[in-house]
Amino acid sequence: MHAAMEIPYVSTPRPDTGLYNAKIGIWLFLASEVMLFGGLFSAYILLRVGAPDGTWPEGWLNIPVGTTNTVVLITSSITTVMAWASCKMKQFGRFKLFHGLTLLLAMTFVGIKSYEYHDKFTHYEAKLNDQLVLADGKTVFGNLVANTNGVVLFSVSTGQPGEYEATPAKYAQAQVAKIVPGQIVDGHLVERAADHITLSGHTVAEHAELMNMRSAAARHIQHSEITLVPAQLRSIETYGPWHNTYLAIYFTLTGLHALHVLGGALVIGYLWGPGSKLWQTDPERFTNRVEISGLFWHFVDLVWIFLFPVLYLL
Amino acid sequence: MATSEAHEHDIQASVRRYLYVFYALLFGTGVTVAASYIPFGNHEINIAVALAIAIAKASLVAGFFMHLISERKMIYGFLLFTVVFVAALMALTVISTGPTEMIHVQHVS
Repeated sequence: MHAAMEIPYVSTPRPDTGLYNAKIGIWLFLASEVMLFGGLFSAYILLRVGAPDGTWPEGWLNIPVGTTNTVVLITSSITTVMAWASCKMKQFGRFKLFHGLTLLLAMTFVGIKSYEYHDKFTHYEAKLNDQLVLADGKTVFGNLVANTNGVVLFSVSTGQPGEYEATPAKYAQAQVAKIVPGQIVDGHLVERAADHITLSGHTVAEHAELMNMRSAAARHIQHSEITLVPAQLRSIETYGPWHNTYLAIYFTLTGLHALHVLGGALVIGYLWGPGSKLWQTDPERFTNRVEISGLFWHFVDLVWIFLFPVLYLL
Repeated sequence: MATSEAHEHDIQASVRRYLYVFYALLFGTGVTVAASYIPFGNHEINIAVALAIAIAKASLVAGFFMHLISERKMIYGFLLFTVVFVAALMALTVISTGPTEMIHVQHVS
């Protein structure tokens, strides 16, 4: 009676297709995964081609770090296939070694990716208010409204980013020593308190100057520590997915990919740890499981092979 | 157990092949990074070069690590569908990024 309830072809291939069940399952799943990532790559192409000239960022990601992670993932692919080959050659100890390495490499990849994410979430673009330097040496921050007929109209900041007094202040031009138009400070967080924020970065006149960080000019940027008070800030934002469409698709694609790495690591971790007991009772079925999880892992590597040049290099 | 020995020999041959694929993938990564620093004159050429290398690397992974060079017919059948749908998706994407005819509306007061 029990024999009749058994699911056929869990480890031996079905004679007509030559495939065991899980092999069919994983390939159907991977086919759907191709469409999932395909749709997101399509979104990337549309966003990129649709971006007005000079607004698509270049060189915003660290190429040596990305290259290192690519090598880590490729290496994890060879250890995965070696783990499976070890099972095929009945060398359980070698399987343990190779898949242990796979797990370490998976965690290394996630660790490096976390470092890159952290770098983006501590990277700020601060748009500054216009600055009015008065003849008596006093400095006022806000929006320059008009500068005509000997009169300077200036909306003074209330001290909060982006908030201004309702009525613009009136200054005689003779009272004004200098008008500094609002610049942009771009840099990484050093310190943040209620009354100031310190960034390590540089100042530019236009947002467009931040777009190409791979240009010859960008390589010579000198970074310094710049402290800003709330009254100076028109707006401030980190390089999170909300910053622009490039970062939105970057976080979407790499975030989904990182979830796949974690999911794959979970399965490989199970097969390496408690799941490896199956080797004692049904080594063939266990070897198949290692193969299936490996197919998923190689797919995750394959996706990264496209993500790396698309996001880091082009 | 001659068959078992032959089988083991096959696996060992495969392992050697996996190592060659691994070196090729590392080499491909190096070439991709290096090529991105070469100004080919037109950014589109850089994109084409990078994608060509990526497709070659992906083929190596799919062909050898995922054993697609010697897989069963049914798997090829699944993948044929996938390839057709992805190709259609990308074709639609590329078509929609092409030049569009602008309709100029003249306002007459």
